Amino acid sequence: MTINILYFAWVKDKVGITEETIVPPQDIRTVLELINWLTERSEGHAAAFAKLDIVRAAIDQKHVSFDAMIRNAKEIAFFPPITGG
Amino acid sequence: MILVQNTAFEAGEELSNFCERNSRSGAITSFIGQVRNFLTDKKKASKSVHSLVLEHYSGMTEKELETIEQQALERWPINDILIIHRYGELGPGDPIVFVATAADHRTDAFESCQFLMDWLKTKAPFWKKEITDNGTEWVCAREKDNRLAKRWEKN
Repeated sequence: MTINILYFAWVKDKVGITEETIVPPQDIRTVLELINWLTERSEGHAAAFAKLDIVRAAIDQKHVSFDAMIRNAKEIAFFPPITGG
Repeated sequence: MILVQNTAFEAGEELSNFCERNSRSGAITSFIGQVRNFLTDKKKASKSVHSLVLEHYSGMTEKELETIEQQALERWPINDILIIHRYGELGPGDPIVFVATAADHRTDAFESCQFLMDWLKTKAPFWKKEITDNGTEWVCAREKDNRLAKRWEKN
């Protein structure tokens, strides 16, 4: 299953890329499991996900919590808490 | 109506046009959020901000704003809503966000406008980065914004 991963704001700065296409192992079912898997990819990924209380996630452009199931997600985004307005 | 745009806008002009096309509504409320000319972190307040860069999640931003707009229309008897939000680089004094609501009576106009801003602040995926003499820094989210947004949640 191919998923497009997007990064925004300082999460993007730490990972060092704006997006990447991944094929996670089949036993990865939740957003948290995906994060733990992504963390292994590079030091940048590890730095971005070092403090999970200040990271948020969206599946197919909808806010989700880390226990959300990935299922057939096409796009998963990681970003800091929102600071618009 | 929702406008997410890179180009600058003039808030006074937008409000004037909004009032004109809602001449049947007796109450108009508007809110403008603008770029302040000092740092949000008070410890570094002596440094002035050159500019503010707003990043957003194109696609999700529009969807979230449409959901928020729909929620307001379901909760209050309002006749019209306008939300304009900038992204890209902004200078001190530039408007970042403009929200206007039109209703028959003021309470609905006031409440819905406040609701729209409270939810926009915590749900619409925008991030601010301050450009100063010392470099660039992402703005931190405030816990107070979450509390303000939660008061509108239905049980």
